[in-house]
Amino acid sequence: MEPFQKVTSIVTPLDKVNVDTDQIIPKQFLKLVQKSGFGKFLFFNWRYDENENLKSDFVLNDSKYNGSKILVAGDNFGCGSSREHAVWALDDYGFSVIISSSFADIFFSNCFKNGILPIVLESTIVDKLQQETSPIEVDLENQVIKTNSENISFEINSHKKKILLEGLDDIAQTLQFEEKISNFEEKSTIPSVL
Amino acid sequence: MGKTLFEKIWESHIVVEKQNEPALIYIDRHLVHEVTSPQAFDGLRMNDRKVRRPDLTIATMDHNVPTSDRSLPILDQTSAIQIKTLEKNCEDFGIKLFDINSPNQGIVHVIGPQLGITLPGSTIVCGDSHTSTHGAFGALALGIGTSEVEHVLASQTLWLEKPKTFEVRVEGKRKNPHAVTAKDIILSIIKNIGTAGGTGTVIEYRGEGITDLSMEQRMTICNMSIEGGARAGLIAPDQKTFDYLRNREYTPKNYESLVDYWKENLKTDPDATFDKTFVLDINEIAPQVSWGTNPGMTCDVDESIPSPDEFSNGDANQKKGAEKALEYMALDSGTLIEDIKIDRVFIGSCTNARLEDLIEASKVIQGQKVAPNVNAMVVPGSQMVKKQAEEMGLDKIFIDANFEWREAGCSMCLGMNPDILSPGERCASTSNRNFEGRQGNGGRTHLVSPVMAAAAAINGHFVDVRKLNLN
Repeated sequence: MEPFQKVTSIVTPLDKVNVDTDQIIPKQFLKLVQKSGFGKFLFFNWRYDENENLKSDFVLNDSKYNGSKILVAGDNFGCGSSREHAVWALDDYGFSVIISSSFADIFFSNCFKNGILPIVLESTIVDKLQQETSPIEVDLENQVIKTNSENISFEINSHKKKILLEGLDDIAQTLQFEEKISNFEEKSTIPSVL
Repeated sequence: MGKTLFEKIWESHIVVEKQNEPALIYIDRHLVHEVTSPQAFDGLRMNDRKVRRPDLTIATMDHNVPTSDRSLPILDQTSAIQIKTLEKNCEDFGIKLFDINSPNQGIVHVIGPQLGITLPGSTIVCGDSHTSTHGAFGALALGIGTSEVEHVLASQTLWLEKPKTFEVRVEGKRKNPHAVTAKDIILSIIKNIGTAGGTGTVIEYRGEGITDLSMEQRMTICNMSIEGGARAGLIAPDQKTFDYLRNREYTPKNYESLVDYWKENLKTDPDATFDKTFVLDINEIAPQVSWGTNPGMTCDVDESIPSPDEFSNGDANQKKGAEKALEYMALDSGTLIEDIKIDRVFIGSCTNARLEDLIEASKVIQGQKVAPNVNAMVVPGSQMVKKQAEEMGLDKIFIDANFEWREAGCSMCLGMNPDILSPGERCASTSNRNFEGRQGNGGRTHLVSPVMAAAAAINGHFVDVRKLNLN
C-alpha cells in the first residue's frame, strides 16, 4: 500500500444518506476475480441509464467535479454488504478521502486496508463542506482540513493514522507475532473443524 | 464488576493487546465463499504465504450458483470463472470445500450451524456481512472485507477495535407466534433503532421474547443485526443451543465436556452493564412490511405508508431519503400496506430459508394456488434443508400451489445468479435488504416473513396473516 499523502482537491458532494454498498458497486460487478478496474462501475445505477449513457442529473457526471479526490456524503455511508469492491471502486475512480457524519463499520475498516481516509465530522460541518466550491486540503499528519475560510480539525485513531501514513502491510506486521499466535493455539479450547 | 457475554468471548480470544490500539483477536472458524475470496488468495500467492490453519477454514459456493438444474453447465461465464477459481484456490491451499454437487452445499450461514461447525463461545468470520447469523449460538461472528479474509487466511487472527456493548431486550409474548415471527421482531427492532443504531456495537439479544425462540428463529434475529448497523449480534447459548448442535456431522468429539464449560461460562453476569439498552415489548407486535429502500423503512401490515415528514421526525436528510425511497418504490404516503399488489414472491436467503421457515410458509399455501400474474419461488437455504423438506413432502405443497422449487443458494436475495427482478417488478421477499436494485436493477423489494410472503403469493397483495388462524 502507498503511504497516504496530503490531498488537495475540490469536493464532490453526494447529497444522500444511508448510501449502501449495493449502490456504490452493484452485484453484477462482484464476479470479477481481481481488485482493479472497478472505477468505471462506481455508482453504476445512478451514473448510467438503461442504455449505459451517462445520466446528466448525477453529480459524478457533472464535469466540474472531474478529477475530484474527495467525496462528501450523508450519514451512514457504506452500509450493508461487506463487499470491499465498494472501496476498490472508489479508489480506482480516484477518490482518496471520504467525508461523512458516520460510516458503517465494515466499510470504514475496509477503507484503511486500501489507503483511503474516511473522515467523520459533525453533520452541520458535512453539510457546509458539501457547499464548498473551492479546492480544500486534507492534511492527515496534522489532522486538519483547510478550506478558503477556515481550518477544520478531525479525529482519527492513532494506530489507523500510522497505517495510512506509512502504508503498512498489515499481514507482515501481524506475522511478527507468530510466537504469540502459536502460544495461543496451544491453549485454545475450540477444536479444529476436521 | 461483572462482564457481558461479549466481553467474555473477546477476552478469551486476545492474542496481543496494547493500550488504545486494536487487539489481535484469534479466529476459531473461517468460512469462505466464491465472491469475496479470490483477491485474498491472490494476495497470498503474490507474497508467497500459506493458509495458516486450513483445518479451521471451510468453503462453499452460494452467491452466484444457479438454482436451476445443476446437471447443466453454468451459462454465465463470469460466474463460472468465479466458481472454478474457488475450486482451484481450495485445492491449492488445502481447504475443505462443499462444491456445487456436495450434499452439504448451501448458503454459508445456513450450513455452518447445520453441520456443527458453528460453536458457542467461538470467534467466526466470513467475507460476508450476514456472518452475524452465527451469533445465535453465542459465537462472536463478524462480517469482514476481502483484505481481512486474506489476513485471517495468513495469520488466523484479526486486528479489531473493541466494539461497545448494546443490550436489546425483547419482553413479553407474541399472541400468535405463527403469524408474528422472528422476522417481525427483528424488523421492529431495526425500525426503532434505525439502520445505524447499532454502529460500533455488538448487540446481545436478551429477554423472554428471545429465549422463547427456536434456534432457527434466533438465527433470523442475529442475521439482521447488520441491518441495524451492528458489528455482530449475540444470544447466550442455552439448552436449545446445546441440543441443536449435538450429533451434527462436524460436532466436536469432546462435545459434552465443551457443553459443561459453556454452561458455566457463556452468559452475561447479573451485575454486568451495557453501553446502551433498547427494550422492545412484543405483546402487541404486528407482522411487519418494509415500504422503502432500507430495512428501517418498515411499518405494521395494518398501517398505511407514512409521509416523509412522519417518518423523518424533523430530520431534513432523512426526509429527503424517504421521499427518494417512495419515488423509487412507486408508492404514495397514505396507501394501505394491504392494498399493495405484488408481482413476485421470493422465499429464501440466509435470513429465512431454513426448514422451519419452509414448514410455516407451506401451511399458509396448502391446497391453494399462487394468484394469477404472480411468480413465486422457494429457494431452500441448503441442499440439506431441501432434502429434509422433500422428505416431509413440502416440495409437493409448494409445486402444487405453482411455486417454483429450486436448488440451494443466495439466489434472488442479491441476484448475482440468473434469479433477478425485472425493472419495476414488486417483490414480497423473505430476504434482508430492500436497497435500490438489490434484487435486480429497478426492482422493488418489500421485506416480510415467510408466512407473510406466502400469503401475499396466494392473494396477489399483502394480507395480515393474523387473520388466517395459523397454528
